[in-house]
Amino acid sequence: MSLLEIRDLHAGYGQMMILKGVNLTLEEGEIGVIVGPNGAGKSTTLKAIFGMLNITAGSIHFDGRDITGMSPEKLAAHRIAMVPQEDNVFPTLTVHENLEMGAYTRRDDFSHVLDEIYALFPPLKDKRRQPAGELSGGQRQMVAFGRALMIEPKMILLDEPTAGLSPMYMSEIFDRVIAINKTGVTVAMVEQNAKQALAIAHKGFVLANGHNSYTDTGRALLDNPEVAKSFLGG
Amino acid sequence: MNELVFFINKGIFAGAIIGSIYALGAIGVTLIFGILRFAHFAHGDMMTLGAFVAYAMAAALAAAGVTAPLPLAMMMLPVVMLVTAGMAIGIDRAFYRPLRNAGARGIVLVMASIGVTLMLQGVIRLFAGPSSREMYFNERKDIFRIEVPGANQMITLTEPQIALFIVTAIAVVALHYFLSRSRLGKAMRAVSDNPSLAQVTGISIETVVRTTWIIGGGLAALAGTMLALDVSLKPDLSFNILLPIFAATIVGGIGQPYGAIAGGFVVGYAETLAVFNWSVLLRPIARMTDGAFEVPPSLAFVPTEYKLMVPFVLLIIILIYRPTGIFKGRVL
Ligand SMILES: Nc1ncnc2c1ncn2[C@@H]1O[C@H](COP(=O)(O)OP(=O)(O)OP(=O)(O)O)[C@@H](O)[C@H]1O
Ligand SMILES: [Mg+2]
Repeated sequence: MSLLEIRDLHAGYGQMMILKGVNLTLEEGEIGVIVGPNGAGKSTTLKAIFGMLNITAGSIHFDGRDITGMSPEKLAAHRIAMVPQEDNVFPTLTVHENLEMGAYTRRDDFSHVLDEIYALFPPLKDKRRQPAGELSGGQRQMVAFGRALMIEPKMILLDEPTAGLSPMYMSEIFDRVIAINKTGVTVAMVEQNAKQALAIAHKGFVLANGHNSYTDTGRALLDNPEVAKSFLGG
Repeated sequence: MNELVFFINKGIFAGAIIGSIYALGAIGVTLIFGILRFAHFAHGDMMTLGAFVAYAMAAALAAAGVTAPLPLAMMMLPVVMLVTAGMAIGIDRAFYRPLRNAGARGIVLVMASIGVTLMLQGVIRLFAGPSSREMYFNERKDIFRIEVPGANQMITLTEPQIALFIVTAIAVVALHYFLSRSRLGKAMRAVSDNPSLAQVTGISIETVVRTTWIIGGGLAALAGTMLALDVSLKPDLSFNILLPIFAATIVGGIGQPYGAIAGGFVVGYAETLAVFNWSVLLRPIARMTDGAFEVPPSLAFVPTEYKLMVPFVLLIIILIYRPTGIFKGRVL
């Protein structure tokens, strides 16, 4: 059975329907990449998985359990974490406090996780007492990742983690995504930098007009001339 | 020397007393703004409510023949704070939460809080009438005097004033440790920073909202009771206090608890020193210089009747020259 199974998902904001039949499955340990034009509903899909909007039809199963419309608080208990597209740190909290907040739903000792995260993102360790709002864009993205990793998630949802970053930071972030995935975390990632993202993806989904028009392995989507022509800029 | 004593009593102490009251109120207003994103206009009447809860409890205990080393209303403060905090949560459930859940904008909640203020004033008058009351029941208001060598006036502080300084210091230190060390306090700052990320992180917004009302309501009860003990308990206690508290909140930086404390004292001292009769201090200087200049009998920046103007002017100055306040808060 698949780890994540989204079937015929219909969802939107209030009365406005954005998703009109999204189908998406991910096996445990995979990286799934969602690409598509602006406004296609990529962020909306992640928000729908994360119980942040109104689902009118379809279902979401995780690890065999129905999590359709479940609140973020409960999803944390199921070990699903999300890094939103924008404003994904607490700016006046220190780096360390941001990470601690990631573990808000945990009642056990999580100091070993903090150590792991500082090992994964060494720059954060030096800046641990600094407010997250004062960091550079790339370092803020690391804080956002770290915050999400604090629950030791089985699956992490990433919304455009490289948006607005310089090419150097971009490949650094992709390296980190691969590193996180290697530890057994399933990744569902939305990306604008479609070619680089699909290159590291086990599975790719092209989303347009509220449903996925192509679903294949990352490699196959990259090689698909139609996808390349309409969505990957030739 | 007499002049200096007068200045300590009427300037330094008076400013610290009213500043403490403003600070305790402004902390609540600023926290509520940070978490719930609206200006809580009923905060002054929440203070009055707290003071009346203290009065009712003290009266009941006094009638039962209970005596204590401190005034009963002061002894009951922890209970009074808890009860008022409970009432604040009740008011939120009944009036603000339904609006919040319906996605109402901040201004609608401000309007609702003005409604709550009018309602509270009505309810308090309904039960207690319009008259002013003493918070002391067969108890003496102890006055502490310190003699100053070379002066026939004495430095004077009353028991509730000393108690006010102590409880304010305790409240500020406790708040600091709560916000900077505790899991829930950090979650409160997180919600104030970024509510949608807080939700994604699994922080229960409802728990944080409840905590905000507990702190805001509790400190309002503390301030209201101490003010009533110092002066007397009037149903319109809040009337003269709401504007300075909002001024303190904005001067300190909206959403900044440490700013609210600073703002409270800034407004308190500005008010006190503006109405202070400075000729008292100038007279000895004139004497020393053999009357090189004439000192008028009364020399205050602002006549006492216009005291309420001071926070207002301060507010306007801050909004023009530093809209984020001392501690870089939000801009309205
Ligand atoms: N909070 C909201 N309320 C109402 N409509 C929204 C909201 N957020 C997004 N939308 C609308 O939903 C549609 C899909 O938005 P979404 O953010 O999912 O796009 P996206 O694929 O993530 O695009 P981008 O690449 O720009 O991030 C857009 O038409 C957008 O205007
Ligand atoms: Mg998006």
